Amino acid sequence: MTDQQAAILLEHISRHYSMGETSVRAVDDVSLSVPQGEFLALLGSSGSGKSTLLNLVAGLDRPTSGAIFANGQNLGELSSIELARYRRNTIGMIFQSFNLLPRMTLEENVELPLRLAEVERPERASRVQEALERVRLTHRVGHRPAELSGGEQQRVAISRALVNRPQILLADEPTGNLDSATGEAILRLLRDLREQMGMTVVMVTHEKPLAERFADRLATMADGKLLEITTNTKGAVQ
Amino acid sequence: MKPRDLTDLALRNLREAILRNALTTLGVAVGVASLVAMLSLGVGLQQLASKRLSQSGLFDTIFVTPKNNFRGVGRRQREVQSDKPTRPLDEETRKELEKLPNVIEVYPQIRFFTEVRFNNKPYATVVAGLPESSRNSGAFDGMQGSFFSSRTADEAILQIEFAKDLSDKPASLLGQEITLRYAERQAIPAAAGDTSGSASSDAPEGFSVVAKELKLKIIGIVETEPAAGYGGYGNARLLMPLETASTLRAAQVNDLRDIVRASTGNKVTFPSFSVRASSPSKVEALEASIKSMGFNAFSLLDASKSLRTFFSVFDLLLGIFGSLALAVATLGIVNTLVMAILERRREIGVLKALGAADVDVQQLFFVEAGVMGLFGGFLGVFFGWALGRAITFGTNVYLKRQALNPIELSSVPWWLIVAGIIFAVLVSLAAGLYPASRAAKLNPVDALRYE
Repeated sequence: MTDQQAAILLEHISRHYSMGETSVRAVDDVSLSVPQGEFLALLGSSGSGKSTLLNLVAGLDRPTSGAIFANGQNLGELSSIELARYRRNTIGMIFQSFNLLPRMTLEENVELPLRLAEVERPERASRVQEALERVRLTHRVGHRPAELSGGEQQRVAISRALVNRPQILLADEPTGNLDSATGEAILRLLRDLREQMGMTVVMVTHEKPLAERFADRLATMADGKLLEITTNTKGAVQ
Repeated sequence: MKPRDLTDLALRNLREAILRNALTTLGVAVGVASLVAMLSLGVGLQQLASKRLSQSGLFDTIFVTPKNNFRGVGRRQREVQSDKPTRPLDEETRKELEKLPNVIEVYPQIRFFTEVRFNNKPYATVVAGLPESSRNSGAFDGMQGSFFSSRTADEAILQIEFAKDLSDKPASLLGQEITLRYAERQAIPAAAGDTSGSASSDAPEGFSVVAKELKLKIIGIVETEPAAGYGGYGNARLLMPLETASTLRAAQVNDLRDIVRASTGNKVTFPSFSVRASSPSKVEALEASIKSMGFNAFSLLDASKSLRTFFSVFDLLLGIFGSLALAVATLGIVNTLVMAILERRREIGVLKALGAADVDVQQLFFVEAGVMGLFGGFLGVFFGWALGRAITFGTNVYLKRQALNPIELSSVPWWLIVAGIIFAVLVSLAAGLYPASRAAKLNPVDALRYE
C-alpha cells in the first residue's frame, strides 16, 4: 500500500464476467485512493461499472484481478467469514430500493446488523435508539417499512447502516427512488453524519448536480474504466 | 448469530408463510404418525405376546432340579462315580439361589397327588401350591371368584374341569368348603446308640406318613391351567397358596427317593425350584451360574430368542412401511425451503450485505427445517398415539362382539415418543441440507439485484 492515509485504495482493479463465450469487463483496471473522511461521488451512466466497483469495495464481490485495501486491510487475503466480518464491522451500506425487510419493524430492521455481530441484547436497544435518533425517527420504531414514506425508509436504511458504527459508508444510488427535495435532505443527512462520525462516504449516483453539491470529489466512470477524478470546485453546500 | 437470535429469526420466517409451513409441518406429522402408529402396533403386539409368555413363566423362569434327578439316570451314574456329593433342594438352597443377581423370586414346586372330599365323596386329583406372584400372571384374568386373600389363607382355586366334576354348576361351588386329605411327612429320629445303620447320629431312620386333613374354602374357579408348567406330574386341578401348601409337609415323590438315598438329613426337600429372573435377557447368565452351583437348570431361552428375533424383523418391516410417509414428507420440506429461497432471495442478499456469513444463512435455513421437524415430530407422535388408540378401540369393539377379552394392541413407550421426535428432527435437518447450502451459496450481488 502506498497511501497510508487512504480509507480505500484500489490498485488496478478489474472485474470480468463471462456471458457465454464473451467476456464482459464490468470494471477494467481501475486504480483509486479515497482518503479517510472523504465524501466521494462515483458518477457514470447505467452499466458504467460504478455499482460493480461499489460491491467490490463492500466485499460482496471479489475482483478478477487487482487489490483492494480498506483501512489497510487487503480484502483479497480475507476468507469468506472474515469478509463477512469486514462487511459487518467496517462497512455500512444503503441502496436505491432501501432493502428494508418488510415484515420487520423499524427497530428490528435496525437491530439486524447487531444480531449478526452478536451484540448483547441490552446493548442493542440503546444502540438502536441512538441510530434512530441520528435520523430523527425514534417516534416510529414500531412501524413497518411499508407504513413509511420513501425518504423515511431511506433514513431507516441509513440508521441500519450506521448502527454498527462503520468507518466506510457505501451508498448505491441513495436518492434514485426519491423526489429531489427528499433526495437532497437525505444527502444533507449523509454529509452531517459523515462529519459527526468521521466516516468515509462513497456514493454511486448518476445525478451529477446533486453530487456536485455534496461530494468532495467526483469520480466518473464509463465502460468499466475510471475516466476522471475531479475535486469539487463548486464546493459542497453548507 | 447467537442461537436465540437464530431461532427467533427462523420462527419469524416460518410465521411469514404460515400456511405453507404449517402444511409442510403437517406432512412431517403425518409421516411421523404413520411411523409411530406402525411401531406402536409392533411394540404392542410384542408386549402382548411376551406378556402372555413371560407371565406364563416360560421365558423368564429357570427350572432347577438336583443333579441326581431321576430323569437323568445316566448322569446320576456318573455323579456317583465322581463321588461328588449331590446338593438337595432345601430351604437353605432356596435362600442361596435368591441371593443371585437378577433373581426376583425362587419358589419350590409343591405338587402332590392326593384325595379331596366334597359332599362326602372322594375325588383324586393333583394339588399344587401357587406363589403370590402368579396373582399378576394373567392366567387369572377373567376368573370366577377371586385370587387368594393372603399368602397363608386356607383357600382353594379350582380348575374348571375339576369344578365340573364336583358340581354341575361350578359357580355354585364358590364359598363352599372342600376337604383336602394328604399324607404328612414326619421324620423318625435316629435311635440313640444305634450307629450301625447310618452314617451319622443325625441321620433319620426314615419318615412316617400320617394322614391329615385340611379344610379349604373354594374362592375361585379358573379356566386356564396356571400350574401346567413342566415338572412331570401332570396338571394340577386344585390350587392353593404356596405357603399354605408348604406348611402341610405333604409327602412328595422325591421324599421316597431321598430317604432311600439318606442324603438329605432331617430336612424338607423339594423336587424342583422355579427361579424367576428379572427379565428373559438375564436368564442365560443366571442359568449358567445355577449350573455352576451344582444343579440341573433348564429354561426355554432359545424359544424366547427366536421370538425376539421375529419381533425385531417384524418391527423393522413396520418401521420401513411407516417411514415411507416420512420420506414423502421430507420431499415436502425440501420443496418448501427451496421455494423459500426463491422468495427470500433478496432478503438473503440483504443479510449478506449487512454482514451475515454463508454459515449464518445456512444455519437459518437449517433451524427452519429443524423447527418444522420438531413441531411435526410432536404432532406426529400425538397423531400416531391417537391412531394406535383408535385401532385398539376398533379391535376391542370387534373382540367384544366375538365375546373375547379386550387387548392392548398398540403401545407407545417413552422411547418411541423420544425416538419419533428425534427422528423427525434429524430427517428434517437432512431435508434442509440441500436448501440450506444452496441459500448459503447465493451470490449476494445477484440476490440484491433480484426483484
